[in-house]
Formats: sequence, C-alpha cells, structure tokens
Amino acid sequence: MYPENFHYTKEHEWVRVDAEVGVIGITDHAQKELGDIVYVDLPKVGTVAEQGKTLGSVESVKAVSDIYSPVSGEVVEINELLASAPEKLNEDPHGGAWLVKIKLSAPDEIKQLMSASDYQKYIGAE
Amino acid sequence: MEKKVRSHISQNEPLLFELSSPGKIGYQLPDLDVPAVDPEKALGAGQTRREIEDFPEVSEVDVIRHFTRLSTWNYGIDLGLFPLGSCTMKYNPRVNELVARTEGLAWIHPYQPESLSQGAMEIMAELERCLAEITGMDAVTLQPAAGAHGELTGVLLIRSLLESKGNPRRKIIVPDSAHGTNPATAMMAGYTVENLKSNDLGVVDPEALARAVDENTAALMVTNPNTVGVFEEEIVKVCEILHSKGALVYMDGANMNALVGISRPGDFGIDVMHLNLHKTFSTPHGGGGPGSGAVAAKKHLEPFLPGPRLARKGSQWTWNYDLPRSIGRVRAYYGNFGVLVRALAYIMAHGGPGLRRATMDAVLNANYIRRRLEAHYHLAYKSPCMHEVVFGDDHQAKRGVKTGDIAKRLIDYGFHPYTVSFPLIVHGALMIEPTETESKQEIDLFCDSLIAIAEEVERDPQMVLKAPHTTRTARVDEVSAARRPVVRWRREPAQSKAAD
Repeated sequence: MYPENFHYTKEHEWVRVDAEVGVIGITDHAQKELGDIVYVDLPKVGTVAEQGKTLGSVESVKAVSDIYSPVSGEVVEINELLASAPEKLNEDPHGGAWLVKIKLSAPDEIKQLMSASDYQKYIGAE
Repeated sequence: MEKKVRSHISQNEPLLFELSSPGKIGYQLPDLDVPAVDPEKALGAGQTRREIEDFPEVSEVDVIRHFTRLSTWNYGIDLGLFPLGSCTMKYNPRVNELVARTEGLAWIHPYQPESLSQGAMEIMAELERCLAEITGMDAVTLQPAAGAHGELTGVLLIRSLLESKGNPRRKIIVPDSAHGTNPATAMMAGYTVENLKSNDLGVVDPEALARAVDENTAALMVTNPNTVGVFEEEIVKVCEILHSKGALVYMDGANMNALVGISRPGDFGIDVMHLNLHKTFSTPHGGGGPGSGAVAAKKHLEPFLPGPRLARKGSQWTWNYDLPRSIGRVRAYYGNFGVLVRALAYIMAHGGPGLRRATMDAVLNANYIRRRLEAHYHLAYKSPCMHEVVFGDDHQAKRGVKTGDIAKRLIDYGFHPYTVSFPLIVHGALMIEPTETESKQEIDLFCDSLIAIAEEVERDPQMVLKAPHTTRTARVDEVSAARRPVVRWRREPAQSKAAD
C-alpha cells in the first residue's frame, strides 16, 4: 500500500527523491480522510518551499486542508493534470496524482521523515 | 418518527424560465399619450437592446405561486431548532424588528444634516458605550459590516500601532481551533499565518505558544470560547506571553454569547476584538445579511479606529473627521444602522441581568445536550463546554455511518442539520449549538431524534445511509456540483419542447 521508497510526514504528505529532485504528494490515508477532492491549489513554479510550511491546499466536499511541504527547495514543476481532474488524487495518490516537484535545497531533511512502516504504525495509532 | 416537527412538501417546481409562455405578462400599461421616442436615437447606437434573450414571460400569480412554493421548502428558526454550531442561529425577538422599522429610524438618510440626525447619533453613541462595557474595552467602532470585516479592521489597527512603533512585524499566529476566517484576515492584512495546534483539552497550549511567539510576531488571533466550544482557561497567561514580546492579542468575538455578562475580554488581556451583532445581539442572519462586526479596542489602539468618530460639541453630537492616525473609513457612511438599532433595543430590553441570564441559558442548553447525548455519541473533548458541544462520529463510523449521514437522517426528523465535519480538529465532527432561545421541550425532541438515529445506525445502517427519505430530493451530487459547477441555466432545445 505505502511504497517503501517514499518518505512520509505526520501531516500525510509523501516525498520520493530522484537524485536532487523530490516528487511530492499526499498519502492514500489523506485522500480517504478528505473524501471526494474537488479542487487542488498548487504553488507556482519558482516558489521557494520551506519544510513544514504551507505549500498549497486541497479542497474536498468536506473541507479545505493545507498541504505542508515535506522538504525545502524550489518548486520546479507542478502536476497540471490536477487542475482539470482533481479526482485523480482520490484514484492514484501515490502515482499519477503527484502534486509538485521540488529541487531539494537541504537533502538531509528527509532523515526527519517517516519510513513506510513507521507511517503505517502512525496512522494506525492516530 | 411520529414526533416529527414538520414534514417536507414533496413537490417539484419548474424554473421561471420553464414556466414562461410567449406573450404572458404581469402588468398592464395605459396607452402612450406622448410622442414615442426611438431609444437608439435618444441613447445612441449600441446602447439599447431590442429583446432580452430567454427572459421569462409570466403572470403575477405565476410569480407569487412560484416563490411561495419555493419558500415552503425552506427551513428557518421560525420552524424549529436550528442547531448549526459556530453560527448562533438564535431566535430574535420580533419587538426589535418593530423598533428598527420605526419610521424616523427606517427612513433616515446618511446625508441628513447632523442637527436632524441627533437621535440616530445618540443611538450609536449609546450602543458604543454599552458594547465597551460588555467587552471591557475602551472604544468601539460600529462601521464594519460583518464579522470578517471586523477582523480585518481589528488587524489593521494592530498593524498601524506596530507601524507607529517602527515595525509592523511579519506573522500572526492562529490556533487550529480558531474560526476559519481568521487566517484569511491575517493574509488580507499582509501577514503570514502560523498555525498553532491545540492540546488534548482542545485549547491553546501556553508552552507551545511561547515557542511560537518571537519578535516577528504581530499578534495572536484567538477565538474564545473556541470552535470546540471550550473556554480558553489559560487566556490570561496566553495574553501575557504575547504582550511580553510586544505582540498583541485579537479575539474573534463570534462566540461572545457564551461570555456576555459573565466575563469581559478586556479584563483577561485582549487588545482588540469584534462582536457579531447579528449573532449575539438580535439580528436574524440566516438570509446573508446585513450584519455588523463592531470592533472594540483598548486605549492604545483607539487613535487608529476608522473615522469619522462620534464626538460631543456642546449639547450636540457631531462627526469628527480630524483623526490623523486613523486607518480611514472601512465602510461607506456609518455601518449597517438597522442592525445597530436592533442591538441597542435588545441590550436595553434585557439590561445587565437579562443579558447574563441569556448567556447562562445558552451554556446550560449546550451542556444539557452534551449530557443527554454523551452515552450515544463520542464526546470529542472532556473539557466542560460553553455554548456549543462537539461530538465525533467514532461510534457510528464503525457501522459505516458518518456525520454527514446522521445529519441527513436528522432532516427526516424535522430538524435542520447541525454543523457537519467542522471543526476540523475533531474527526467526523457533529457540532451543535442550541442557543439560549430553545425550550427544554424542543431540545428534548432534538435529543430524542439523535438518540433514535444512533439506535437506527445499530439496527439498520443502510436505511440511514440512504436518508433523507421524506424530502423532495434525497442526496444531491455534491461532488459533481463542486468539481464542475454549472452556475448558469441554459435552455436545452429538447427540454424546451417538452415544457411546451
């Protein structure tokens, strides 16, 4: 369910690191909790993200929730697909519905994040 | 089900466009007895329209019946308990409406000379005085048109004060139990927002706050009682933490109906706050306004209040525009005057002891509901509640039924749903605010309904999942409506034929 090569936050984001770029998304648990997602608000390319700070927001029929950046760095790409098809976030949160790609400015930050097994324990206990 | 307060009229109603039939009119005009003018010539080419596409053509009785039928689908406070938490949908005495409609007050014009407006100015001055006393503050502006407008005014006051000291600072701290408008207000005023997590009791944790407050912090925006209906018992310490770093404390006073006559924000350290006169002081606000978000501030913020300000000149009231440090006007004229009249009428009719009694009744009613329902619904926080109580759907979710489903079933019992899935810090929230105006009979009927639904969830969850069963439409497709909203009706050729 939760890919081993991802790193997870307590706020239910994930990051997968490819060389110096981190691909960021929200977890399957997050999309289930949010319910049907109707709108995704992403930062502009070039925005400088800071670990733990708001990166954007996800709106579901229930509520608007902030997305917190799991890593620091510059946003180099955003997933344009989500503007027209926010429902993809419910269908494929760990794959095609990634949110943004960030060029890591502090790669060591991922050491503070959870592994797949720790994250599963965390959501089991939450 | 036999105790149901009200059943819905199951009736389909076409749109006015669909009721339209060519040539139907709702008026008769006498023959033209002056020379006809060509509008194109009089107004210029391109300034006129020959016809409005698809404008509905209906008779007077068509229109009257259409809107009267639609009105029967509505649910309002005049039909029964309206338990929306965080909203204070209380019943507002009709006598205040009567006062606001007094001819001299209803037809007054803001451009009327001051000498002919003394009564209205006296009303505003007296209301400012009453609100200052109720909040424990030094000065009040009645200009802001609603709660969020009051918040923005208040935060601009904070900004101006800090600017006058040389540095407006950068961030505003907002607890996750605050009202949803607070972060938006801080952003509008040019600040960044830092979210502060509540502790296990559902309140601000002074230690976590102390770690978050620094020399860049302009203010804390706190809602008290907060959105889980809990009084911030550490509020004095919370204010001291902010003040010790030169920062200020803004209080969202939307929940003030839990404090009036009992506790004064000015006494527990708040620098500036707003009141929702349309929630706490008797203006119906279900129809979208107008409202009034009066702002009360301490002495050190007074020079920055919006102008003009009421002032005394001999025995007369006058408007003082000579306010060099004011943030300026925040609204045309002097605020929503009709709301101010209702507020003063309400305050004067109750007097101090009456206002205090209303507060105690609001808190008593919420605690009564809490006690009656706590065996059936999961209580989110053990802390004693004030004017509203928040449950979670934990017990029912085990049977696959969520807070939204319970709310839909409540409609079958003749009640408006409570606030669903808010506040976000409570999982599957059911947020209930009875207000002081509900009787024990009505509250018992409401609690009986929720208890019956909890039993239904155990017995027949599928039935609850398909609720409501008595309304003209069961569940609307909220997801498609939000993802692909259609905000303009267009005639479909086939549909037009069918309607004919």
